[in-house]
Amino acid sequence: MSAEVVGVWIGALLTLGIFSFLYKDNPFYKFCEALFVGISAGYWFVVTFWQYFMPKLVDNLVLAYTVLITQGRIDYHWVYLLGGALGVLMLLRLIPSIGWLSRWSLAFVVGTTAGLQFTRYLQSNGIIQIRGTIMPLFVGGDLNATIGNIVIVVGTFCGLIYFFFSKEHKGAFGGAARVGILFLMITFGALFGYTVMSRMSLLIGRLHYLFSDWLGLIG
Amino acid sequence: MNEEKKPAQKSFWDKLVSVDRRIIFLLIAVAVGVPLFFDVSPSMRVTPVVRGVYDSIESLPAGSKVLVSFDYDPGSMPELQPMAEAFFRHSLGRDLKLIIMGLWPQGPLQANLALEEVFRDDNIRTKNLQYGIDYVNLGFTAGNEVVIDRMGHSFEESYPQDGRGTPISEIPLMKGVRNYDNVDLIFNLSAGYPGTQEWVQYAVDVFHVKLVAGNTAVQAPAMYPYIQTGQLSGILGGMKGGAEYETAIGKSGVAVRYMFSQTMAHIIICVFIIMGNLAYFSLKKKRSKLEAKG
Amino acid sequence: MRREVPLVLTAIVGLTMIVSHFIPPLNMLKDLFEDWFFIIAAFAIYLGVLNLLQVNADKIYKKKADAPFGAVVIFGFLAITVPGLFFSGGREAFLDPGTPFFYLYINVYYPLSATMFALLAFFVASASYRAFRARNVESTMLLVAAFVLMLGRVLISDWISGWLPEGYMLGDLADWVMDFPQTAGQKAIMIGIALGVASSALRVILGLERAYMGGE
Repeated sequence: MSAEVVGVWIGALLTLGIFSFLYKDNPFYKFCEALFVGISAGYWFVVTFWQYFMPKLVDNLVLAYTVLITQGRIDYHWVYLLGGALGVLMLLRLIPSIGWLSRWSLAFVVGTTAGLQFTRYLQSNGIIQIRGTIMPLFVGGDLNATIGNIVIVVGTFCGLIYFFFSKEHKGAFGGAARVGILFLMITFGALFGYTVMSRMSLLIGRLHYLFSDWLGLIG
Repeated sequence: MNEEKKPAQKSFWDKLVSVDRRIIFLLIAVAVGVPLFFDVSPSMRVTPVVRGVYDSIESLPAGSKVLVSFDYDPGSMPELQPMAEAFFRHSLGRDLKLIIMGLWPQGPLQANLALEEVFRDDNIRTKNLQYGIDYVNLGFTAGNEVVIDRMGHSFEESYPQDGRGTPISEIPLMKGVRNYDNVDLIFNLSAGYPGTQEWVQYAVDVFHVKLVAGNTAVQAPAMYPYIQTGQLSGILGGMKGGAEYETAIGKSGVAVRYMFSQTMAHIIICVFIIMGNLAYFSLKKKRSKLEAKG
Repeated sequence: MRREVPLVLTAIVGLTMIVSHFIPPLNMLKDLFEDWFFIIAAFAIYLGVLNLLQVNADKIYKKKADAPFGAVVIFGFLAITVPGLFFSGGREAFLDPGTPFFYLYINVYYPLSATMFALLAFFVASASYRAFRARNVESTMLLVAAFVLMLGRVLISDWISGWLPEGYMLGDLADWVMDFPQTAGQKAIMIGIALGVASSALRVILGLERAYMGGE
C-alpha cells in the first residue's frame, strides 16, 4: 500500500470524523478537533520559523556577525537585535509579574499597523471611492446608465447617512437613513447569497474528494 | 368526572418548524452529493465582470508578461483552482509569459498543481514551454502587503531567488523585469488576507498597474466598488465566476461540472427558506386568532 | 514607564509610517520597522503556541476529564513540528511535495481544515430554515436580494427565465443588483470603514486610544 493511498485514507477518515459532528458530538469528532488544533498550531509554528524568524531575524544577525568577524566593523544589521528583543518581550506575557513589558511590543505592532493603514485605506477605500461616486445623474440618450448612476449615487449617499449616528435619524435625515438601510439590506442579501455559494462550493469539494479520490466512484 | 387532558395535537406547521436539524443536513448532503454523479456541462452566459478578465488577457499581444499571484490555500481549492487552470489555459494558449508568485505559503504550490494539470492538454504540451523562459515560479515571500509595496520598486528586493533557489538575475524571463512598470497585467487569485484588496491598495493605486482577480464567493461582492471605480478591471467571483471563465475560453472544466451540484444546493436552500417562512406566518396567524378569541 | 513608553513608541512608529510617504528618505526606517513587525508577529505566534501547550499540559497534569484530548493536541503539534523543523529539507524545501511536512499538511491539516469549513454549508442551511424570516420590510428586502442572487447565479436562472428577452432574465437582474444597489451599499460600507480606520489610526498614534494596552 503506497504512502499516497494511506494518505488518502487518513484524509478521508478525518473528513468523516469531522462530519460525524452533524449527527451528534462524539469522541471521534473530539479527537479530530483536538488533532486539528494541534496540527494547525504546529503548521503555523513551522511556517513562521522558516519564513519569518529565520530570514528576517537570524539571517540579518548572522550577516552582522560575519561582517564583525571578517571586517572588524559594526554593521547596520545589528539593529535587528532590537527587533528580536521586542519579539522576546512579547513572550513575557506568559509571566504575570513582568507581563506588562509585552505592551512595548504590542505598541510597536499597533503603531506600524495604524501608520500603514492610515494612508492606504484613506486613499484606496476613501478618496478614490468618493471620487468614483461623483458622477452625472443624467446620461443623455442612455436610460440604463442614468438609472444606474442615480442608484449608485443615492445608495452610497444614503448608506453613509445611515452610518452617521451623531445626529438623530429624524425628518428628512431619517428618511434618507431609511433609504440607506434598504440599500444595505440589498447588500447583505447579496452577501448572504454569495456566502451560501461559497460554503456549498467547499462542501462540493469535500464530497468530490470522498467520492473521487477515496472511493473512486466518480472521475 | 376528570377527563384526562389529551396533549394538543401538533399541526403540520408546528412539526415543520421543529423538524430535527439532522434531516436538513441529510437533505443538503443528498442535494449536493447526488448531482456529482452526473456529468452535466451546460452552456453558460458570461457576465460583464468575467468578460473584463477575459478581455484583459485577450487584448495582450503574444510575449506580454503577466504577474500571477496565488494568494490562497487548499481550503479554497474548489472555488479558485478551476480559475487557475482556466487562466493558465488561456494565457499559455496565447503565448503570454507568466511570473508566478504567492503571498500565502501554499499559493505557489497550488500554481504548480494547476500547471501540472494544464500541461496535459495537447495544445499546451505541443508548445514545449520552458521553465525560466515561458514561465517562472518565484515562490512565497512572507510580508503580506509589504511585499506588494516593495515589488513596486524592485522585484529582486522581495524575490532574490525563485522557488528553486536560482537567483532571479539568472532567469531569462526576469531579464528587464525590474518592477510593475515591466509587467503588462497582474492576475490575482485570492481567498482572504492578503489578497485582492491589498493588491488594489498597494499596487494599483500607488504604481498604476492593471489588475484582474479571481476571488472566493465570500469576498467577491466587496470587490465590486473597485470595479465601479476602475481600480479592478474584472473579477471572477466564486465557482460561478470560474465556470463562466471556462465557458469564455471554450474549455469546460471542473467548475462547469460542479455547477449542477451548486444549483441543487441553492434550490434546496431557497425551498428551506420558503418553507420556514410559510410555517412562521401560518403559526403567527394561528396565534393571532387564538389571542383574538381570548 | 508601563504606559508612557508604549504610547511614545506607538506615536513614533505610526508617524514614521505615515510621514515616509511624503519624505522618501524615511523609507529606510519604514522598511526596518516593517521587518521588525514581522519578527514580533512571529513571536506572537510562538506566544499563542506556548499558551496552547501550557493549557493542554495543565489538563493532563491535573487529570481533567478531557485530558486525553489535551494529549492529542500536544501530539498533533509535535507530529508536524518535528518533521517540519528537522526532517523536511529546511527553509527552501519544507513545503515541497515529498517532504514529511508536506505529507502531513496535505493528508491531515488540509482535510481537517477544509472539512471544518465545509460544515458551515450544513449550518447555513439549518440557520436559513429556522431563522431567516421576512418579519419586516428590511428583512424582506434582504430575503428578496438573497433569492435573486442565489437563483440568478446558477443554472436554474436559465431554466426559469430563459424564455424572456435578453437583458430581462433572472441572471441579468442578478447582474444589475450586483452592479448597482449592492455596489452602492458596499461603497457606503467601504467609505465608512476607511474614515473609521483613518480616525482610529490617528487616535491610536496620538495616544487618545489606549484600549490595546489593557488594564493596569
